[in-house]
Amino acid sequence: MEVLVTALICFPFLWAILPAVIHNSKRRAFTVYLGCGIVMVLSVFTAIQWYLAGGQTLDFRLPYQEAFGEIFLWGDIFLMCFITYLSYKHNRLIIAFLSIISTVVPTILEKFGPELPAGPTMRFDWLTFIMVLIIGVVGSLIGVYAVGYMHGFHIHHHKEVTDRRSFFLSMIFVFFGAMFGLVTSANLLGLYFFWEITSVTSFLLIGYTRTDEAINNSFKALWMNLLGGCGLAVAISVGIIYFNTANLYTLIAAAVKTPTKMLCLLPIAMLAFAALTKSAQFPFSGWLLGAMVAPTPSSALLHSATMVKAGVYMLIRLSPAMADNYVGNMVALIGGFTFVAASCFAITVSDGKKVLAYSTISNLGLIVACTGCGYEETIWAAVFLVIFHAVSKSMLFQCVGAIETTIGSRDVEDMQGLMSIFPKLAFILMVGIAGMFLAPFGMLISKWAALKAFIDTSSVYVSTLMVMFICFGSATTMFYWTKWMSKILGASKREKSRDLTKKNEYISMFFHAFMMISLILGFPWLSEHVLKPLSNDMFGVVKQVISYENMVIMIVLLCGVFVIPFINYLLTKGQKGKKVITYMGGANAGDNFNFVSATGDPREMDISNFYMEDLMGEKKLFTPAILISSFIIVVYLIIVVGGALQ
Amino acid sequence: MAKIHKSPWLLHYDGSSCNGCDIEVLACTTPVYDVERFGVINTGNPMHADIFLITGGINSQNEAVVKQIYDQMPQPKVVIAVGTCACTGGIFKECYNIKGGADTVIPVDIYVPGCAARPESIIDGVVKGIGLFKEKAAALAAQSKA
Amino acid sequence: MTIQTRVLFAVLYVVLTPFVIGLLDGFDRKISARMQGRRGPSVLQPFFDLKKLFEKEFLTANKMQLFLIRSYLCFIVLSGIIFFAGFDLLLVIFSLSTAAMFLILASTATHSPFASQGTSRELVQIMACEPMELLVAVGFYLATSTFTVSDIVTKSPVANIRFLPGFFVGFVFILTIKFRKSPFDISTSHHAHQEVIKGVTSEMVGKEYAMVTIAEWYENAILLGIVGLFFVSSNILTVIGAVIAILVVWFLEILIDNTSARVKWQLMLKLAWGTTIVAAGMNLFLLEIIRG
Repeated sequence: MEVLVTALICFPFLWAILPAVIHNSKRRAFTVYLGCGIVMVLSVFTAIQWYLAGGQTLDFRLPYQEAFGEIFLWGDIFLMCFITYLSYKHNRLIIAFLSIISTVVPTILEKFGPELPAGPTMRFDWLTFIMVLIIGVVGSLIGVYAVGYMHGFHIHHHKEVTDRRSFFLSMIFVFFGAMFGLVTSANLLGLYFFWEITSVTSFLLIGYTRTDEAINNSFKALWMNLLGGCGLAVAISVGIIYFNTANLYTLIAAAVKTPTKMLCLLPIAMLAFAALTKSAQFPFSGWLLGAMVAPTPSSALLHSATMVKAGVYMLIRLSPAMADNYVGNMVALIGGFTFVAASCFAITVSDGKKVLAYSTISNLGLIVACTGCGYEETIWAAVFLVIFHAVSKSMLFQCVGAIETTIGSRDVEDMQGLMSIFPKLAFILMVGIAGMFLAPFGMLISKWAALKAFIDTSSVYVSTLMVMFICFGSATTMFYWTKWMSKILGASKREKSRDLTKKNEYISMFFHAFMMISLILGFPWLSEHVLKPLSNDMFGVVKQVISYENMVIMIVLLCGVFVIPFINYLLTKGQKGKKVITYMGGANAGDNFNFVSATGDPREMDISNFYMEDLMGEKKLFTPAILISSFIIVVYLIIVVGGALQ
Repeated sequence: MAKIHKSPWLLHYDGSSCNGCDIEVLACTTPVYDVERFGVINTGNPMHADIFLITGGINSQNEAVVKQIYDQMPQPKVVIAVGTCACTGGIFKECYNIKGGADTVIPVDIYVPGCAARPESIIDGVVKGIGLFKEKAAALAAQSKA
Repeated sequence: MTIQTRVLFAVLYVVLTPFVIGLLDGFDRKISARMQGRRGPSVLQPFFDLKKLFEKEFLTANKMQLFLIRSYLCFIVLSGIIFFAGFDLLLVIFSLSTAAMFLILASTATHSPFASQGTSRELVQIMACEPMELLVAVGFYLATSTFTVSDIVTKSPVANIRFLPGFFVGFVFILTIKFRKSPFDISTSHHAHQEVIKGVTSEMVGKEYAMVTIAEWYENAILLGIVGLFFVSSNILTVIGAVIAILVVWFLEILIDNTSARVKWQLMLKLAWGTTIVAAGMNLFLLEIIRG
């Protein structure tokens, strides 16, 4: 197991060199496919190996742990120098300051502080199992997709952008390695190293095109993530100084044992803070929105499979220590607030990728809220959401990328009637959207469990607020998804044209669709054999979250969503009916797209969705949302820090 | 085809009329005349309508519109021309742009004369139209059998 | 609840709803007419309309519409079965909103300006109502510690309206919207005061429109059932009280319809959310405090 995990972490880092040095397009593509294939096989193999061995929590040290420790240390320093250099070059010294603080303090403590007992540094348990599978499978599919997409990006669409594909593809591998390291580390120093790598690679990927906008947004992402890194550094320092440990699980255990002692809560609060920045919750949502300037594969990678999942992964880990205390309340409120606010903003934007970005933030908000609650039910719900979200969001991002390549726009309004011109793309889009919000997919199950748990939360204020957040948030979520879905069906003005989507892009997307459907079908199995032991791992209890009765209803609903339309489709297929044109007050100019105008000439008709910008537009509400959420965070952090210093 | 005569839904179209007849048509739906007691609803949508009620004559601009709306109504359907203008072109008949009554574009079943047509006579026309439905439905059924 | 009673209730729901709600609809039109000083149509008028619609020629602007509408109908009936067979209330609401999505897809499939406009407003309407519907389920959970309809009925010693007055007020408020009484510019009601032709149903011809009407009847049965749920307890006699309450609420909606005909959708969204937050929110907060 130790060897496998080490290989899993090291292999992508080493393989990243290959695409960087091979410049022949075909050969490089081959190495990327091969690398992705190996990563996928390796992660699945590791996971299965562990599963077959009985699924016991494994604590272990890496082989050559001391050497790795040195690598982490010097890696941290290298990253710090790199960031300092870049921020000096672009005249943003404040960022260098953040980086130096967050690196120097733990490093000094590690080198010159108290000697830490040598304990296990890695852990492999059920949550790691799920994360490894998500990163390995979804991530490497994105890698496959990236090859085709980046080809089209440079050759057909953005000839003005310098071709740095080698760099891009190798960064993707670095990312995989960092993520694998992040989810298996138990030692905070190692975790911090991988955490910083994801921050820096995301910064580099966002700035890929090197336009002014891209550079600005990439620095925005960097400073927000480094701020989170500072939180992590504080947690490490507190851990080393007061608890004489840098092990994540020891700190969590301490907080679970004495939840009233603020000093124990302090590292948890700091780690939670870091996780909030990583998972782009308000007030740190800006970086994820800015990340939309990057080419689609990196958006998919940052949003679905990896980067943001690192944040929620951390929160799920912390959740036993957050049940019914200040930290938990902070996280739950921020999550709930983000869920509502981001879904409101998602209504008001029409850029497909931006809708996806907001919906990601909103969905993560729900997950974060679930973790903040810290009950078995909510963790069950959160993990389900993480799985469903990873698959369907990655699929949606890829699909929007492919649509953009093919029709030249990613605006939702331009996708009118996609079903009639590009049925394959439209089908994938439909499956993805359905997976995001329809009954009985992940969202529904999770909302059900979350509502139940929040009603039972002990704090009256938090409970009331959270219930309201979920009720309103689910209404607004429904609005923007349905709106989008209704655009896709129907007739289109566009001529049928050639589908520019590459074969490997389709392979990746259809594999996602297949995974989506098998996830739904396998949901009772998943609940029984993966989530139950997970809950047992974390809480020591096994609880049937959803009753047998409801499970049956959900399966009936599931069949309903697929089978009822299908049967009805077959039944009505032979229906004879006279074809008529739609009603436009009798003024159609012969078809459904043009009407006879006042001057007697045919004019094109445009139909647009509602965006309600005056009601909840970004311009109007974004700043208040940032202020409110900052207020929540600051107040709770003051309570915790103040309590700890007392 | 039994119940159509019990729920005839109206579509009211105003050609080039002086609006006198239109006011009278709407008067039919008011409490005084209450045409809804026959199950009549003023739908405003050809797809849902059974009776096409036209006021005013046909001019060269609305000719296509009337035709299109007529085509968008599902069978069986009845066309009622209300008022002198819709019947013959009326006072506007000699105008350069007027083609004549409604029957110059689509087949009209019932003519309701008057300038303006009184609500009583409009309701009378509608009731007559309702009577026609039975025949039309039977004819349609026979046609579909053959 | 035994399997037999569950099946019985479900079958009764599927069989009786069209007759009962259709008849209520007929009385609705009669009473509305009388309020306006008219005689109004026969109380059987909704059935005449329905039969006629099924018999009309089938025209279509987009063939996809038909199967989507049939799916809509099936899904509404499915939600109703979940409700009346006494299963999870929250799932009923989720499945209702899934059903609504099929209606939305059916109406936009035609790319018609009136249908699309109606659809956008219909979506706003759903968005305005959904928080309150979910909150009703939450309210019942707070009062009885279960989401299961059969347990809510059999395990409450007294009618739950005692704990949930705020939820009830909020729910009756959104019923006005759900029954398509007000606001007028979303309405697909039978009255003359409509704006966008027929909203979502603009392009639905003959039997398609008939199926949407039936689906609405089935949905109304669920909503009225939830109203009744506020008043029933384990005592079988409370059913009479529940029926009376349903009739009173139903009459109230007719009254609101005839007195506030000109509410627009913008105002609706604000009013519905406002009422939800104030009435249901306060009630929720108090219940949480009582529960500790």
